[in-house]
Amino acid sequence: MTDIPLDWYLWLSAALFCIGVYGVLARKNAVAILMGVELMLNAVIVNLVAFWRYLTPTGSAGMVWALVVLAVAAAEAAVGLALIISIYRRRQSVVAEEVNMMKF
Amino acid sequence: MTFPQLIFWVTAAVILASALQVVTTRNIVHAALWLIVTFFGVAVLFVLLDAGFLAAVQVVVYIGAIAILIIFAVMLTRRVMQDTGSQTNRHLIAPAVLIGGVLFVALLFVFSRTRWPLSSAAVPPDSLQILGLELTSPDFYMTALVTVGVLLAAAMVGSIAIARDEEKD
Repeated sequence: MTDIPLDWYLWLSAALFCIGVYGVLARKNAVAILMGVELMLNAVIVNLVAFWRYLTPTGSAGMVWALVVLAVAAAEAAVGLALIISIYRRRQSVVAEEVNMMKF
Repeated sequence: MTFPQLIFWVTAAVILASALQVVTTRNIVHAALWLIVTFFGVAVLFVLLDAGFLAAVQVVVYIGAIAILIIFAVMLTRRVMQDTGSQTNRHLIAPAVLIGGVLFVALLFVFSRTRWPLSSAAVPPDSLQILGLELTSPDFYMTALVTVGVLLAAAMVGSIAIARDEEKD
């Protein structure tokens, strides 16, 4: 593990996060946008665990934080997909741009 | 190049290639499957970081729950987004690449300028036991654990309420 510098993990997670940003901004399908959000959250978790391992490996705050982010990601995916299915049922569409009114 | 470094580079290549497939492939089902490959690569990274428990949690929660949930959502909304035609907003590709690229360069700049207070300590062999004790101890992270529990319960109730078919009730 000591062979791998911390910076490599940071570069990788930065690249993963930016790919997720691209996906969120450029995708049409709302489900694909949620996939981009999941990529970004995964990059965040990689960062948290890397910092835990290289900065405070004897404590467990980093692990707890990573687990909290994981649980929040699960909650976000469940609610997000429920919203998409609800919109699909009423509008027969999952294209984010077509859902542009404030009230059904 | 040592063996862990080799594993890191192979994993990094797999993660980035599959993540690019997730955001660019036309077939949304394939995107969901590539997302599983990305999650698995991140689990390998956790093993490299001596966080075997998190690797297991990553496989169970991300691949076992979130990826399956996404695939179900794709199946339920399949008819409208056929595999033909573009899945990306043409006029948004250039701004999205620009924003992603600028963010990446800015992050690399910050990383290269920062000196981290690195610790050379090893992970204690009973770190998982300590994690469990601290998660359930009021002196440490019990608040976080309870908050996450309440959040998950609220999310469960909320998604059932949102996805309920009101016309059929």
